[in-house]
Amino acid sequence: MSLTKREVENVAHLARLEITEGEIERVVENLSSIINFVDQLRGADTGDVLPMAHPLDMSQRLRTDEVSESDQRERFQANASAVEAGLYLVPKVIE
Amino acid sequence: MMHKKTVAEISRSLKAGEFSSVEITRHLLSRIDSLDKNLNSFITVTADLALAAAAAADKRIASGDAGPLTGVPIAHKDIFCTDGVRTSCGSRMLDNFVSPYDATVVARLKAAGMVMLGKTNMDEFAMGSSNETSFYGPVRNPWDLNTVPGGSSGGSAAAVAARLAPVATGTDTGGSIRQPAALAGITGVKPTYGRVSRYGMIAFASSLDQAGTLTQNAEDAALVLEAMSGFDKHDSTSSPAAVPAYHGSLNESLEGLRVGVPQEFLDEGLDPLNRAAVEAALDVYRSLGATIHAVSMPSLALSVPTYYVVAPAEASSNLSRFDGVRFGYRCENPVDLVDMYKRSRGEGFGEEVKRRIMTGTYVLSAGYYDAYYLKAQKVRELIAEDFTRVFKEVDVLMGPTTPEPAFELGSKTADPITMYLNDIYTIGVNLAGLPGVSIPCGFVNDLPVGLQLIGSHFSEAKLLNVAHRYQQETDWHQRLPGSDYE
Repeated sequence: MSLTKREVENVAHLARLEITEGEIERVVENLSSIINFVDQLRGADTGDVLPMAHPLDMSQRLRTDEVSESDQRERFQANASAVEAGLYLVPKVIE
Repeated sequence: MMHKKTVAEISRSLKAGEFSSVEITRHLLSRIDSLDKNLNSFITVTADLALAAAAAADKRIASGDAGPLTGVPIAHKDIFCTDGVRTSCGSRMLDNFVSPYDATVVARLKAAGMVMLGKTNMDEFAMGSSNETSFYGPVRNPWDLNTVPGGSSGGSAAAVAARLAPVATGTDTGGSIRQPAALAGITGVKPTYGRVSRYGMIAFASSLDQAGTLTQNAEDAALVLEAMSGFDKHDSTSSPAAVPAYHGSLNESLEGLRVGVPQEFLDEGLDPLNRAAVEAALDVYRSLGATIHAVSMPSLALSVPTYYVVAPAEASSNLSRFDGVRFGYRCENPVDLVDMYKRSRGEGFGEEVKRRIMTGTYVLSAGYYDAYYLKAQKVRELIAEDFTRVFKEVDVLMGPTTPEPAFELGSKTADPITMYLNDIYTIGVNLAGLPGVSIPCGFVNDLPVGLQLIGSHFSEAKLLNVAHRYQQETDWHQRLPGSDYE
């Protein structure tokens, strides 16, 4: 099975990845070969096997609802490309 | 020379006052300065921080307040967040990211008094088996500079093999500690899933990722692993199980040990010379009183395709946090929000990372979820059941770590599937969440190869014991890659 250029462009949009015109041919080829490779799973007899989401048989731990972390906004925002007055700046979303 | 000493030997020398932590730290920093030009095993060298930490460790030792690791230098894979130090994960995306906190692994080893020399090179976001996907360029294998050191913990493996650091941390999602350890002729330990905290370890595939060690031998792995392991409230999948004193059981007898050899590991893809090295290692275990049993694990044949559905699916979700807003690379002059996301991610991520995100997005997308993702989770269960079944019959599994020794740079980059198949013997362990170890067991064409040991959940103490006893009988782990590294 070979993926079409349009399918690959749709996946790239879903993943919010820009793929340039120069890259697209190789991406279609690679992704098709990976999907063909994993297609061999279809032949496995999985009958009524339950899907395994996690390697350990453990349940989710709960904790009491109390504040455990201190406010470090300035430290965290030091890594952002654009901040102002404690807010993260992004391109205008609402006109 | 100081740099050839193991962690345990350095620890003894520091206590005995043969040299100080500042002296060995300075010595290793100067080796990195001269030898790493060829290897490229470090992304960041933290010389000033290291010397300050070493001076503090020397004070602790003088005051009698030292533990076994106090003053011993270490290198951290650049996937572990380090407070105030750039943490790049081998990616352009995080080239400018200075972590505001320490990963639990880093914090615990720091508290034990270990001295961080720097951050080691790695495949971008730990996605690769050759260290060629790093934004900072490939790492070269000290055994032959034309070959790769394996990946994704390639920088950590090369640094320990070249004796630039006595120990380095690594992470293993599909073989990323064991495979480079094998290719670089050192000892790599991937603990049970949940044994070591994942907090502050940049996520690739959350149900598979596990931190571990790259060292010269099993004794050192026992010392460092003991300090790294244990429950952490910051990791929701951290195990509450107590951490045994790994160091205390290293010398236990192997009389009566039942060793299983999965026949699926001795397939036509295995280099005959590599196979001979593994069989010679099995003979050593026979001489130590172990019995060897052929076992069959038919579902293992599907471990690579299963992994290449599960891991990319989890990666596509984990890496969605890189949006150019709160941290990481942001493109120039975005016209709108979607343009900012797409170009920041398109320009910030390298080719292999984008390939995995695309694969993961595809297998999770509407219409394909059942056929790929759900199916892979079911096959994953079959693979885990294969392991559970054989561990009722044997104590430990053994086989090759890789199909062949280190390969040449560029030789597997044209076709992603060829690269993926290099992890064929290591991936099953991650899918089942088991501990695995690789120890040097010989040479093929003058390049080191590894013997892989696999145990049941939380059997690290047994695996380290089994590895250590072999290393008492053999000297493969003491070989050095050429006169430059003497």
